[in-house]
Amino acid sequence: MGRLNWRGSMSRLLVQRAGLGLLTLVAISALLFFGTNMLPGDVAAALLGQQATPEALHNIREALGLNQPAWWRYLRWLSGVLHGDFGVSLASGRSVAGALMPRLGNTLVLALLAGVISVPLAVGLGVASAMREGGIFDRLTSILSLMSISVPEFFIGYVLVVVFAANLGWLPSLAMINPGMSLGERLAAITLPVMTLVLVVLAHMLRMTRSSLLSVMSTPYIEMAFLKGLNRSTVVLRHALPNAAAPIIAVIALNLGYLVVGVVVVEVVFVYPGAGQLMVDSVAKRDLPLVQACGLVFAATYVGLNTIADMVAILVNPRLKIPR
Amino acid sequence: MSPTLRARPPVIVMCAAVIVVLIVGAALLAPWIAPHRESDFFGVVWGPPSAANLLGTDNLGRDMLTRLIYGARNTVGIATLTTAIAFLIGVTSGFVAASVGGWVDTAVSRCVEILLCVPVLISSLMVISVLGNSIPVLIGTIGILESTRVYIIARAVARTVTVREFVSVARLRGEGLAWVICREMLPNALHPLIAEAGLRFSFIFLFIASLSFLGLGIQPPAADWGSMVRENAQAINFGLYAPLYPASAIALLTIGINLLVDRFATSQARPGGHAIEI
Amino acid sequence: MNRRGFLSGAALFGTVAGVGGGLALAGCAVPEDTIPSRGGALRLGMTGGSTSDSLDPRTFVDWVPINIGYQIMNGLVEIDAQGNAVPELFQSWEAQPGAIEWTFKIRRDVVFHNGKTLDADDVVYSINLHRGNTTSAAQGAVENILDVRKLDLTQVRITLRGGDAELPATLADYRLLVAPDGFTDWANPIGTGAYKLETFEPGVRCITTKAGSYWKPDAGHVEAIEVLVINDAVARVNALISGQVDIINRIDGRTADLLKRNKHFQVIRSQTGQYAVFAMNCESDLYGNNDIRLALKYAIDRERIIKTVLNGYGVAGNDQPIPRTSPYYNTDLGQRLYDPDRARFHLKKAGKGGLDVTLQVSEAAFSGAVDAAVLYQAAATGAGVTLNVKREPADGYWSSVWMRAPFCASYSDGRITVDGALSKAYKSTSTANDSRWRRPDFDKMANEARAELDPSKRKALYAECQRMIHDDAGALIPMFMDHIEAGTSKVQGWKPSAIFDFMGQRIGEKVWLAS
Repeated sequence: MGRLNWRGSMSRLLVQRAGLGLLTLVAISALLFFGTNMLPGDVAAALLGQQATPEALHNIREALGLNQPAWWRYLRWLSGVLHGDFGVSLASGRSVAGALMPRLGNTLVLALLAGVISVPLAVGLGVASAMREGGIFDRLTSILSLMSISVPEFFIGYVLVVVFAANLGWLPSLAMINPGMSLGERLAAITLPVMTLVLVVLAHMLRMTRSSLLSVMSTPYIEMAFLKGLNRSTVVLRHALPNAAAPIIAVIALNLGYLVVGVVVVEVVFVYPGAGQLMVDSVAKRDLPLVQACGLVFAATYVGLNTIADMVAILVNPRLKIPR
Repeated sequence: MSPTLRARPPVIVMCAAVIVVLIVGAALLAPWIAPHRESDFFGVVWGPPSAANLLGTDNLGRDMLTRLIYGARNTVGIATLTTAIAFLIGVTSGFVAASVGGWVDTAVSRCVEILLCVPVLISSLMVISVLGNSIPVLIGTIGILESTRVYIIARAVARTVTVREFVSVARLRGEGLAWVICREMLPNALHPLIAEAGLRFSFIFLFIASLSFLGLGIQPPAADWGSMVRENAQAINFGLYAPLYPASAIALLTIGINLLVDRFATSQARPGGHAIEI
Repeated sequence: MNRRGFLSGAALFGTVAGVGGGLALAGCAVPEDTIPSRGGALRLGMTGGSTSDSLDPRTFVDWVPINIGYQIMNGLVEIDAQGNAVPELFQSWEAQPGAIEWTFKIRRDVVFHNGKTLDADDVVYSINLHRGNTTSAAQGAVENILDVRKLDLTQVRITLRGGDAELPATLADYRLLVAPDGFTDWANPIGTGAYKLETFEPGVRCITTKAGSYWKPDAGHVEAIEVLVINDAVARVNALISGQVDIINRIDGRTADLLKRNKHFQVIRSQTGQYAVFAMNCESDLYGNNDIRLALKYAIDRERIIKTVLNGYGVAGNDQPIPRTSPYYNTDLGQRLYDPDRARFHLKKAGKGGLDVTLQVSEAAFSGAVDAAVLYQAAATGAGVTLNVKREPADGYWSSVWMRAPFCASYSDGRITVDGALSKAYKSTSTANDSRWRRPDFDKMANEARAELDPSKRKALYAECQRMIHDDAGALIPMFMDHIEAGTSKVQGWKPSAIFDFMGQRIGEKVWLAS
């Protein structure tokens, strides 16, 4: 396969995946819209709570256009989005982009830091475990990482706060970041949530690295490589890892996606103003434009990560590209 | 890996087996071995361990040990069922997608992506509002949601296996898709899949709890371990151990299962006669 | 009726729900400075905020925006620590006989943050925000107002549909805040309060700073107030312990006991009449039978629930909404206790050997609802009642379960007046009548009591109203729940609330920090 041809097929794949990704996003937006719309209650009832009078409910619905059919509201929303307008929050009247962007930034910072720490750590520990399969190091790594996924993430958060904030007083218990804070203060504020997230995602990537490598290590061609007298680390890194990479990359993508999408519990425990809490609040208030915007951002994250994972897997192991 | 290591009787694996057997036994025999009834109240909230309550009492003053034993039933039962469902769906579709490729792969992968992308909060609320709230619905929901994760991994594993020589050889021989998947691909993909199964099983303990918290789950007074951690979590602020008991139960079972899985995977990972085909 | 006479009447009987105040149960006797010191920043860690919050008083349903609202704006009438309606922007008032027509005098020389002087137009505009064609959550609360009219620059006349001898207390509603006439820019609210808005990040935090000289002589001590939204209970306590906030709201009974042992902290407990309720739909076939309702009322062990769920920070309910702390509380009604035999007796009378019912609950109804239901379940078994507890999602609970399920958990805040408590859920016309209990004779008596200016006659009528609810209604009220809040011992001037918590949410302008 010529180099030019190779590049051409990769970019074709990218274009194809991007196009399909857009279709996926439209499908997800429809699913989210009609799904949330189907849930009991609407924004008017959620806003007024127990104190709702029929007149006030009617007036809110009238003002927000909720009396129009759902498909009409969806199409209006969709055409707005196609023009780059994500609309305004039904509950607060603020612009959706204005509400989402700063929080999304916070979420990405947290996810990025946790990812930068956890991915190399997990892969490194996984490779080391696989090289010493059955040894003390392997067992200990397994047991410790498994313990960290045996408790809910909020509980890990509570324990870290009790130890590092309440008892030792080294770090703040709230991860609130304000514009006026210095870089050092910001880092101190998000240390505990980052630690929590690292503990939450570490085990999965570590175990998959280990078992995927082990599965490849027992194949004849690896034994052949050993017989040729190559040293262990060369065999593992050069020969085994590329063939073991696809599932590892898939698991990394899943976990990175989780770091962006699934951290609402950590946001709650550390009072970190991220996009997850915005999503939860907007679902509770049936604030559809906000639900849609958050949902799309999260979906785009998964779609993007999956695409990247597929492409990286091919780059690492070019045989995957062989047309079938 | 050296053969000597594998030949040595692995004490730790024996321990793991004993733990798993004990927990499964406790789950099966709960009504006979639990010291009290599931919803007997002893008055004192988060009471200390005593002769009557070996592990103390929980957030409503019920016997912790009894709740743990009954909780094992729900937790282990549901986790086993849902893991099985998730793997049946996820592995089958993942392997078919990877080995057929082309538009089948594209179509299935995009569908999975859509399911994966809907936040659990919304999907579980939708499930409740359409199907109501019962244990079968809980099991189906977790099974399907988890199968999307399994699919992604199974497809990735299968993709690497499907380009290996012995699979091409089998295809050239004219073997059918099912034969290739079951006889050639699965045995060579078993190690990562089993490892994933061990982890999925453990993730599901906590998933049950978070769905219960959202309102889709086991109805009180029945309990599952994850929810027991949640209900007792606050005690950690008072320096009490209450949440650590269910957390340790989960940890023990997680570690036990995964060590067993490691052992099983290692013993299966040797390719049998396939080496000849290369 | 001359004004002085009426005002003293109002002072004696003008209030209900929180009267008797709370019990100050500070962790230790915090020595209180008698002279408030000025300055410093007060940091409040609060639950009750969300990313969808707005500072438009029409949208106020949760505690964070309400608290911020009181920092920036003033109400018309204030409820003091004893539960009395006392003047705020309304300086004084008088009622015509029958309590249908009222004249209110507006305080002079009060200035908005934008420099405008407060007058009757502002007051009329602010009340009318919640009336007529409005989206306000307070619409139900001011429904009884027929007309609000400006008499001159400093006087307004309010005409009611039905007499209300306690109108000033009704006007103390937390949504009736005063903004300048024609004001609409709710992203940057302007009021007459002690503080002006600096930053508001919905669901995250809010900072206000002192707005020059404040018209109340003994309030507005600190220089700035920061409200941090901390919805997680454990995170809130940890924020207090690790010194990131000065005061937190809504702590549970066990945490209260823990903090009380530490001399760096104080705990304030208020009995404000908020109660939990398990509502039975009286229009359903099963619960339409009063013997079934009574059987279920006798099958619950209230004391055990209070001890276990509230750690003792509550008082047994007597299946009627008026708390013991109210001067109108009917002391002749015996406390209903856990009595399996009587429950069986009523079941038998209803022609049933046993009973199998489902109680739908959620933490959305009140904190601890699921636990309370599980305890109820255990007690009911002893009375021959199989009570299935069905935990519902908190999400959408008020839309899909409450007012729909035949037997479900619900909740009510304390009300300032007896009429507020009765008309919330017990009159035929109540929009929140979650037990669908409709008795025209009750409605008539409650309205008669509301318009009755003679305190002892009113008390007798309200006592009868309570008896009717206790004996017949579909509300099983297991307990009144205390409000508990905690803070560092540095906070001074802090007292229990008569209504809601955080000194009726006016804590920002009331407390000061010891230097």
